[in-house]
Amino acid sequence: MTKSAHKGPPKGAGPLARREARLAWAFLAPTFAIVALMVLLPLIANFWISAKPVELADLRPPEPTINERVRGDAVAAGEEVEVVYTARNSSPNLPLRDVVFSDTIPEGFTATVADERCAVEATEFTCEIGDMEPRDRVRLEAVFVPDSAVDDPESLLEGSEPRITGSGENPLTNFTFTAANFVKVFDADEFWTVLWTSISYTIFGTGGALVLGLFAAMLLNQPFKGRAFLRGLFLFPYVAPVIAVAYTWVTLLDPNSGAMNAILQQIGASDGPINFLGQTSMGSVSILGYTIEMPMALTTVVVFEAWRYFPLSFLFILARMQSINTDMYEAAEIDGATPFQQFWYLSLPQLAAILATLFLMRFIWTFNKFDDIFLLTGGAAGTRTLTVNVYEQAIGLSNIGAGAAVAVVVFLVLLAFSLVFFRFSPKEG
Amino acid sequence: MTASSSRSMISRGGFGLASGTTAAVLAGVIFGFLWMAVIGVTLALVTGLPARPPLLAGMLAGLGGAAALLVLSGRARRWGAMAAALIVLVAASFGAPFGLAPAEGAVWQGIALLLFAGLTGQSLWMCLGDAVPGRLRRYDFERLIIRIAKGAGYIVFSVFVALPFYVMVMTSLKSQAALLANPLDFSIDITRADIFSSYTELFTRFNFGTYLLNSGIVSLSTVFLTLLISVPGAYAVARLRFRGREAFARSILLIYMVPAIVLVLPLYTVFSQLELRNTLVGLLIVYPATTIPVALYMLQGYFRGLPAEMEEAGLMDGLSRLGVIARITMPLSLPALASVSLYVFMIAWNEFLFAFMFLDDPGIFTLPRGVASLNSSELPRELMMAGAVIATVPIMVIFVWLERFMVQGLSAGAVKG
Repeated sequence: MTKSAHKGPPKGAGPLARREARLAWAFLAPTFAIVALMVLLPLIANFWISAKPVELADLRPPEPTINERVRGDAVAAGEEVEVVYTARNSSPNLPLRDVVFSDTIPEGFTATVADERCAVEATEFTCEIGDMEPRDRVRLEAVFVPDSAVDDPESLLEGSEPRITGSGENPLTNFTFTAANFVKVFDADEFWTVLWTSISYTIFGTGGALVLGLFAAMLLNQPFKGRAFLRGLFLFPYVAPVIAVAYTWVTLLDPNSGAMNAILQQIGASDGPINFLGQTSMGSVSILGYTIEMPMALTTVVVFEAWRYFPLSFLFILARMQSINTDMYEAAEIDGATPFQQFWYLSLPQLAAILATLFLMRFIWTFNKFDDIFLLTGGAAGTRTLTVNVYEQAIGLSNIGAGAAVAVVVFLVLLAFSLVFFRFSPKEG
Repeated sequence: MTASSSRSMISRGGFGLASGTTAAVLAGVIFGFLWMAVIGVTLALVTGLPARPPLLAGMLAGLGGAAALLVLSGRARRWGAMAAALIVLVAASFGAPFGLAPAEGAVWQGIALLLFAGLTGQSLWMCLGDAVPGRLRRYDFERLIIRIAKGAGYIVFSVFVALPFYVMVMTSLKSQAALLANPLDFSIDITRADIFSSYTELFTRFNFGTYLLNSGIVSLSTVFLTLLISVPGAYAVARLRFRGREAFARSILLIYMVPAIVLVLPLYTVFSQLELRNTLVGLLIVYPATTIPVALYMLQGYFRGLPAEMEEAGLMDGLSRLGVIARITMPLSLPALASVSLYVFMIAWNEFLFAFMFLDDPGIFTLPRGVASLNSSELPRELMMAGAVIATVPIMVIFVWLERFMVQGLSAGAVKG
């Protein structure tokens, strides 16, 4: 580029270009809107919730309730009917403000309410109760006097429903903050166990899926009869709904009625039933003086992860293999390279880029995985990962705030991974 | 590699580790073991007989077959290998080739025996067909090893992938009591009238018809909404010039990296308060949000590859931009639209987390949510498996029918899972 031309094209955006840009933004606006509302906003909201003392029960804003009880049977004209109203704040944690209740006075009755908070009008009386503490109850007595004899005052008086209003603070939008959620999350002894489980699940699950995918791609690289069928079959685990295959594995691996244990015992590979998904450890191995506990359920979920997601790596690696130029192999043949040498020195370097990309992408996605482990073990037997812990805290223990705090940890760990990956990944994608 | 396969193997004489004999021993042990395990277990599963496949005898039979291949020559090799495998198996298992008395299901045992001998012999012949005993060049030896590894790979992978699906279908046709009595007995009595009783129960007592309909509505609507929003967006990124275009095209996939579990709690709380939680509309707001970024990314890549001249001609002739998209761009990109639609349909059909968290009312369950409700110790397993089959079959039928588009969609969006 030279700066010599002093009569170059006009600088800045012309009206046409501006119109085009406006059109582009208009076309993209729905995408922005839905992504902002459903992804970015919840992401921020999650940080907000994680700093708030919110429990599952608080999700309904506090509401006042009113109960009416009529005492007395048939009454003559001028006799008193006593009615007891009980107003309640049903919320266990949050106060109510400006609670007001009112009831209609049925025709033919005169009402008196001996309470300074209440005002009686011709057809209605209104009571201003004011503020109510959590779980607070307020009792109010009213006296109704009929003009003529009434057989069943109860149904007549209760026939008019009392109305009650009051405003409660929304626990999500008030400005009460707490650090308790994070303290709880990091204080728990299990936090580091959970983090460690998450990381080992991610590393071995990703690696397993990648290695299986590489093998499967090598099996189907050369054309043969039945290749299309096998390729379709190899994609089945990924295409089927996760809930269907996860429950199938649970059925298959059941210690009592599962086929896998029966097969292993029948061919003499194991003596008794193995609880693949319910047992934490499969014994310990001693290597160089270190004793390593071999996890059982965690290994099983890692195998499931590899089984379910190898089709993706398989597709990518196969596509890359098919695009490698065969000239190179012919040259290598002439030079006398053996098949293993060809794989090691020719194929692998060609596949390195795709393998690295797949590893990074799948690493992040495996770390994000929730469904698989949740459906297989529910996080029991040493398989509780961070994502399962989000659910466990929020729904299992009914503490939305603590769940959100774990979710924040998930997000931050993910961010750290991504930064490391982007820092060390080659610039040319 | 193809050029070399016609080269015949040269024995270099003498002994060594890299010899045809080593490869034959390896092949015999591996294929004998694998086919014995596969056929023996299949025999037990299909017939319900208490078969105890003798793996050691299977390996010996494989060795016998391999030995026959090396000793014999010409056309006799293949048949010789099969016959040797058969004879050695019967002898080594003392006349009970699957750990069963000969009288027990004699016909089935006979079929299994012939299958074992045939498949073992065939596998050995395909791997060792041109093998010669004695020391081999490293090149030839590695070729043999790779063939054996591949052969074993086909067997192991196929079983590993297919076994759970087989168990899924067969369990749905059995009863819990029968499975507890013999977990290996997947034999099906076709004459039984109530063979599909789990399925009829699900459709009559458990509203699975409604769930199927709900899943269909939700998935198709998700596809429609996703395309409606992502097609103009993708067109803008592919064709229109605006500031930030490149940055946008690159960063759209970052949205993809945000875990659903981080989004689910805020959405759960907010949707609870807006009373959107226990509704299908709620799902129809969330699902497109998760699919639009990837659909947009896939489509803009395809749109970029289309010739711009035709669109320009359309603009000259007085079409609006939307008219160009509808009349020119979309008809030209039907394959890409099909791939994206199928991929989005699959995501929506299989989605579990949001359906599980949002839906409480059985009247609006989607299939995954419905299957989750069958996971109870009070309900028999076969109901759960029948539910799994009902959820799996539609997506599988679509997959097999439109595999070409599905594979394209998967490879484009496959970083997600």
